[in-house]
Amino acid sequence: MLNFLLEPFTLGFMRRALAGCLALSIAAPPLGVFLVLRRMSLMSDVLQHGVLPGIAIGAIFAGLSVWAMGIGGVVAGLAVAVVAGWLARRTGGREDSQLAGMYLLALAAGVALISSQHSLDLTHLLFGNVLAVDDTALFGMAGVATITLPVLALIWRPLVLESLDPGFMAATSGKGGLWHLIFLVLVVLCVVSGFVALGTLMSVGLMMLPAIAARHWSDSLAGQVRVSVLLACLSSVGGLILSYNVDIPAGPAIVLTAGGLWLLSLVAGPRASLWRQAMPHA
Amino acid sequence: MGAVITLEDVELRHGGRVILSGLSGTVDTGSLTALIGPNGSGKTTLLRAIAGLHPLAGGRIDRHGVSSADTALLAQGSHLDRSFPITCRDVVALAATRVGAFRSIGRGRMAATSAALDRVGLAGMESRPIQALSAGQFQRVLFARTIVQDAKLILLDEPFTAVDTATTQLLLSVVHDWHAQGRTVIAVLHDMDLVREHFPHTMMLTGQTAQWDAGLQAA
Repeated sequence: MLNFLLEPFTLGFMRRALAGCLALSIAAPPLGVFLVLRRMSLMSDVLQHGVLPGIAIGAIFAGLSVWAMGIGGVVAGLAVAVVAGWLARRTGGREDSQLAGMYLLALAAGVALISSQHSLDLTHLLFGNVLAVDDTALFGMAGVATITLPVLALIWRPLVLESLDPGFMAATSGKGGLWHLIFLVLVVLCVVSGFVALGTLMSVGLMMLPAIAARHWSDSLAGQVRVSVLLACLSSVGGLILSYNVDIPAGPAIVLTAGGLWLLSLVAGPRASLWRQAMPHA
Repeated sequence: MGAVITLEDVELRHGGRVILSGLSGTVDTGSLTALIGPNGSGKTTLLRAIAGLHPLAGGRIDRHGVSSADTALLAQGSHLDRSFPITCRDVVALAATRVGAFRSIGRGRMAATSAALDRVGLAGMESRPIQALSAGQFQRVLFARTIVQDAKLILLDEPFTAVDTATTQLLLSVVHDWHAQGRTVIAVLHDMDLVREHFPHTMMLTGQTAQWDAGLQAA
């Protein structure tokens, strides 16, 4: 048993992947909590598909460099986030079909671009490859986490107010858009930095699933953030062990673990769970 | 008592449709005015325009130097996400005047927050999450938030909708406090009995124009 748990991490690349995923587990879920609160869960979908063409274009111009693909991904992610935000605002956030249209288009464009390049492995880009987590990718994940946490702490109060009541924020300070933009930059950075290890389609999972699950554990914002980080760390460790032993890509393995924890929270968590609703006074 | 708001030939559109035009008039400093009229007559839009949140399609609104920091708009509460994990205290404290993004919320502001929650009858409920509140209690929280904004111009959009009689009476007494303190209050209202009893001035939007201090006797 102990062997099953520890053996994966005797290998250097697994330790690098673990370090990187734990860094992301600390930085990404708090952003996910805000995405959920701002009813922008679909935005994360749009982003995970939207970064793909950027990564492909980065790779076409500069080869398999993590930097080039990362920068391409960040630029494409920001562009998609801004356009999606504009579309959502134009329709008052009620119309999500345009967002769906956008991410389908982005995914198709990304897959087409990548398929045209024989040096790129689509499966690795979409679902991650822990073997490819080199020092650059690791520093990318750790660096993004290092930037994300202090910036999130700095913009915490206006972000809370803007998420709670954007109308009030607009009426009193009029700077809601600035905080929203900083927040989106952090989200894009986290999604892109995870793509080497987790894949573009899966790195959002580490951001969103723990955040959604956290709603069933705490009814304070700080509590939800703490729980989401804890769940994400558990998912990273558990997912990498699963990935190594069952031989599936790290991205789906980590997201499956996070998904399992979410289902567990949904069924048996202390707040607003199915168990609570069935037995309100238990 | 000078004017705090002067409307000059104001035209307002919503989604391209003209909803108000040729609207002129003044609201005096320290006055208490009810803004009335049928649904769709542009009451909310006018309130938002006075707050500087809705662009004018024509004309001018002179706010006589009252800045946006001196203006409090209590929008209809239903627009706010009631499932947000935040306590009553935090909702109110976040709005305390000129806290901004980074300044600390000191003891004075926390005291003002507690006093405001006391005033609206929510003493002892500071730490309660807003999702546990009834509609009436939630409206009280929004009133407490408006109190700590300490604004010279207070704009209320249907403040007593979905609120029971006892809460309405309490919140009305807060409105009278504001009036006694010399603040200017404009409230969008539907209940004509309440308007007659409590609001010395009215502005009635009918079709595309307005009648000042009229229509009440006939109603």
